[in-house]
Amino acid sequence: MTVFVIRRLMQAALVVLIMSLLVFGGVFLVGDPVEMLVADDADQAEREAIIKSMGLDLPFYIQYLRFIGNALQGDMGNSFVFQESAMHLIAERMPATFELAFAALFIAVVFGIPLGIYAGLNANSWISKTIMTTSILGFSLPTFWVGIMMILFFAVIMGWLPSSGRGETVDVFGIQLSLFTLDGLSHVCLPAVNLALFKLSMVIRLARAGTREVVHQDYIKFARAKGLSDTRIIGVHLFKNIMIPVVTVLGLEFGGLVAFSVVTETVFAWPGMGKLLIDSINFLDRPVIVAYLMFVVVLFVVINLIVDVLYSVLDPRVRLQEMKS
Amino acid sequence: MSAVQENADHGRAGHSQSAVEVETPFRRFVADYMENKIAVFGAISVFVVVLIALFGPLIAPTDPYDLASVTFMDNKLEPGEQMGNGVTAVLGTDGLGRDMVSAMIYGLRISLGVGIGSGIIALLIGVTFGLCAAYFGGKVDTVIMRIVDIQLSFPAILVALVLLATLGKGIDKIIIALVVVQWAYYARTVRGSALVERRREYIEAATCLGLSKRRVIFRHMLPNCLPPLIVVATMQVAHAISLEATLSFLGLGLPVTEPSLGLLIANGFEYIMSGLYWISVYPGLALLFTIVTINLVGDRLRDVLNPRLQK
Repeated sequence: MTVFVIRRLMQAALVVLIMSLLVFGGVFLVGDPVEMLVADDADQAEREAIIKSMGLDLPFYIQYLRFIGNALQGDMGNSFVFQESAMHLIAERMPATFELAFAALFIAVVFGIPLGIYAGLNANSWISKTIMTTSILGFSLPTFWVGIMMILFFAVIMGWLPSSGRGETVDVFGIQLSLFTLDGLSHVCLPAVNLALFKLSMVIRLARAGTREVVHQDYIKFARAKGLSDTRIIGVHLFKNIMIPVVTVLGLEFGGLVAFSVVTETVFAWPGMGKLLIDSINFLDRPVIVAYLMFVVVLFVVINLIVDVLYSVLDPRVRLQEMKS
Repeated sequence: MSAVQENADHGRAGHSQSAVEVETPFRRFVADYMENKIAVFGAISVFVVVLIALFGPLIAPTDPYDLASVTFMDNKLEPGEQMGNGVTAVLGTDGLGRDMVSAMIYGLRISLGVGIGSGIIALLIGVTFGLCAAYFGGKVDTVIMRIVDIQLSFPAILVALVLLATLGKGIDKIIIALVVVQWAYYARTVRGSALVERRREYIEAATCLGLSKRRVIFRHMLPNCLPPLIVVATMQVAHAISLEATLSFLGLGLPVTEPSLGLLIANGFEYIMSGLYWISVYPGLALLFTIVTINLVGDRLRDVLNPRLQK
């Protein structure tokens, strides 16, 4: 077991290292940051002074090694635009994005599982067919267009909900959250539903597939034969067993939610990390782009690592197979 | 699932009674496909969409990119109003005075072109790597599949974002990004079916005949791996079109001079707050129609080509 975990940790570290090289190398090629920093009327000497002070005259590999050295100490450089630590900027925006992602996850689970179970139990009713057709739409519709349509309907035509920003926030343990004020909640509604649609469709399909498999199992028949009520069979016996694939996939997909929030945040002007990334790309703000990407890489690697290790705890075959190869 | 099978069985029985001609695999495939009316509608719609894209310049009422004929005087006309040159703007005009119908037809050309083009290139690359991984096995397989695994563990949109942030704007750049995002899906799909085919007798027979490796892989193994590949390719084209639209919306895909459907929607987004809904609603509906119909075809193909659902 320990060997397995150590091997996985080393693999994860290797992936992070390779990705850091790709990200840094890629962003290294983008535009000329000096253009952004120097005043238009600066002369050659001033330009060179700035290039030198930032170490941009050094060869690529030295710049990369410097970057790695600093990154290991948690320093990703200063933003060219905000003149602030890039890590700090990201940390500042992180709560907004995570809040949105969790709200979306919550919506996907709370609505997706009951709908999926219903569709699985009554496969031939017209309600189930409607649910399943709608879930295909949820997969096919481009998120950003649905977002725009939601703004058009709920904000412009009906005027029920605000279309942009985060609204009033409250301080919870030093983190600004908008889920606990009425104004904030009304702001989070549209973006969260928008971000949730794709995952909602997925949860519905997973729950339906799981239900259709589980209802034919012997333990369900036995529970029926024992005379348990339907509520108990569905709520306990069935529910527990369909949750295994749902939880796995949702765990893995949390990173996807954070990544996809780039789109939702842009549509709803939600001040999170994703919007920061798009703004930074437009301003060629290298340190922030690199910092964001490295943050997401680490997030993904950690999630995958946790899932892998949990799997091997639950299913010894996984790690035995790994040992053999 | 059983309902589908019953349906298909029933259909096949009915078909063989009425059919006088010999039942070839292709005819059976077409007959199976026709069972589902919605899928037939999907196939016809995709055909029409492709026709519109192909003959776009002949159908479009005006040339939206001909600066001489587009005048700013026509900007933000409501659907049904008449433009300065006498043509009725059935779906209105955008912020620059371009007829929406024409702009959408030209946008569709770009969206479909990028989607199908990147799909074909990704297919060629992915299939080559996937087949090699399955045929040679061992180290080749491990290395290729590790790369595929790592890439698939990151969401497509993020990989594409990073690439476009570094590459810049342009049709060629967005095709590169979409190819990089998609090849892994093809590689994984084709490897899965190729691993099964590799152990079949006909591959052994072909090898014993002394055929070259390339011939065995591409002429013997590949044709037998096609069915799942066709399904994945259909779905991936829809996915690529949607992804391209999203990237263009974020301002990272195409240059403003060549607006795809996604960029048209993005342009209309500015005006949505003032209630000028048509500039982003109609291109969106066109995009939606394209993606959903392609998915309908893909869904049906999966049912028809899946051996588990057949007798």
